[in-house]
Amino acid sequence: MSTQSNAISESFQSHSAAPATIPATRVFYWSVRRELWENRSIYVAPLAVAAVALFAFCLSSFVGIWEAPLRLNQAHAQAPFDMAAGLMMLTGIVVSVFYCLDALHGERRDRSILFWKSLPVSDATTVLAKASIPLVILPLLIFAIAVAMHWLMLLISSAVVLASGGSVATLWTNSSFLRTSWLLLYHILTAHALWPAPVYCWLLLVSGWARRATFLWATLPLIAIAGVEQITFHTWHFATLMGGRLVGAAPTVASTSPDMFPTDPMTHIMPGSFLSSPGLWIGLAFAAIFLAAAVRLRRYREPI
Amino acid sequence: MACIEARGLRKAFGTTIALDGVDLRVEEGHILGLVGPNGAGKTTALHAILGLTPYQGELRVLGRDPWAERDQLMRDVCFIADVAVLPRWIRVSQALDYVAGVHPRFDRAKAEGFLAKTTIRRGSRVRELSKGMVTQLHLALVMAIDARLLVLDEPTLGLDILYRKQFYDSLLNDYFDRNRTIVVATHQVEEVQHVLTDLMFINRGRIVFECSMEELESRYLEVTVHPEKVAAAQALKPIRERQAIGRSILLFDLMTLDKVDHQQLVGLLSGLGDVRTPGIADLFVAVMGNQSVVAQRVVTQGVVSQGAGQ
Repeated sequence: MSTQSNAISESFQSHSAAPATIPATRVFYWSVRRELWENRSIYVAPLAVAAVALFAFCLSSFVGIWEAPLRLNQAHAQAPFDMAAGLMMLTGIVVSVFYCLDALHGERRDRSILFWKSLPVSDATTVLAKASIPLVILPLLIFAIAVAMHWLMLLISSAVVLASGGSVATLWTNSSFLRTSWLLLYHILTAHALWPAPVYCWLLLVSGWARRATFLWATLPLIAIAGVEQITFHTWHFATLMGGRLVGAAPTVASTSPDMFPTDPMTHIMPGSFLSSPGLWIGLAFAAIFLAAAVRLRRYREPI
Repeated sequence: MACIEARGLRKAFGTTIALDGVDLRVEEGHILGLVGPNGAGKTTALHAILGLTPYQGELRVLGRDPWAERDQLMRDVCFIADVAVLPRWIRVSQALDYVAGVHPRFDRAKAEGFLAKTTIRRGSRVRELSKGMVTQLHLALVMAIDARLLVLDEPTLGLDILYRKQFYDSLLNDYFDRNRTIVVATHQVEEVQHVLTDLMFINRGRIVFECSMEELESRYLEVTVHPEKVAAAQALKPIRERQAIGRSILLFDLMTLDKVDHQQLVGLLSGLGDVRTPGIADLFVAVMGNQSVVAQRVVTQGVVSQGAGQ
């Protein structure tokens, strides 16, 4: 503004004690910690699902010692591992959707936004910390749990094979865990973080905007657009487009077969075709627009 | 150096005008009480000062534009709204960790020291604490921040009298010094009267009265008039008259009686009955006159509670 106001501002700053700043990374770190404190479902839900799945696997494996039909089929030894990974990814989607719909709504509903805003944390830091949960934290967590599950399942299978007098050698040589893990990480980061990013950012934006019924506000407009398209043009392009965004029909794998189980070592991953697909970049552009809008919106938001 | 400086501050919500050209200047080291009926614009004014709401007009807080620089401003400004703003899920230890993590001027040891004087346990969640304890926690967090301006919006709403007294005592004894400024908006005017250095009445988005507490004490006198001298007292044109327990209580503005010397005037009034400094609530009613039904209602409650306290 004017030189006078600058002078005022300077004199105030020099008046205050030590040059008090906290690195932006540290503020971001604590903002993410705070999200994990508030939303324990982020790690409790995947862990609980993993525990149940492992229990079921245990049960079927040990029963398989005596009951032939339940015995682990060597030809399809990979199937339970794929199922476990798929289950984790599904859990990740569900947790992310519910987290995003509440992230910027809950703080207004319980009036705590007045407390958060009374601290020197910018709206951008807050919104980015919230966005990092579905885009970074949950995918990595899901990956870690899935890999841990694979190892535990392998140990359980080995125990079963040993107990029934077989050799574990084939089991361990057949399963290429390192390679599978890398594939899984690649798949989760592409198909479950980058590809659906616009969906999660849209949900965040709606949760910061809607006064109530965030789920309705997030979904009804999309359903309406799909309905209008169907009635007008008798096509389902929009619905297909939206559905494909969330459940990871990303062009991450061989484009000829959009594979639901990319942990299959036969799949050829194609990072080149994924990174060069316009769909990815259009999606990321939308994600950035939604996030920018959410940051701007939070500045104006007050308790509801 | 003014801590807060506003000129022509305006804010409208649709057709409702919350702030209608407020001019405000709060000097460093002052404790300003903002008093007004519900919907007068107190909270809007405070939110504008805190950068929580956009406004028209000119506003500088500690030399900054609050709307454009809220996050930087909050290094030097603390805010306690009514008791319910601490998130209910947070643990006491987490609140300490978080504020220590993001606030450059937070002294954790100090906050721990304040908490040690209470019965609040580190592992408790806010939802498990009583209202009074939540306020103690929030106050402990805020008092451990080396801030220049503290904004309080109905900080003791819904607390019992012990917690309310304790709240203002800690604020005065452990926190306030000449380098800090406090702005407090409240209805519980009797409790803050001895705390304030300045007083401001706001109604319908406008500042309708402002004075320092020293000025208030020298300028306004309330006389509980002896029954036989009521007519003589009324002849001096009090700005307000009310009845309490069968006695007439008259409020005088000595400035309107400027024809007489101040000392003489005080002597004259003392002869009519018992003289004392008026309560803020009574002054509020007198100043507002019969401006609005809302003002009447709010202050009647204040007068009743004051009467009960006597």
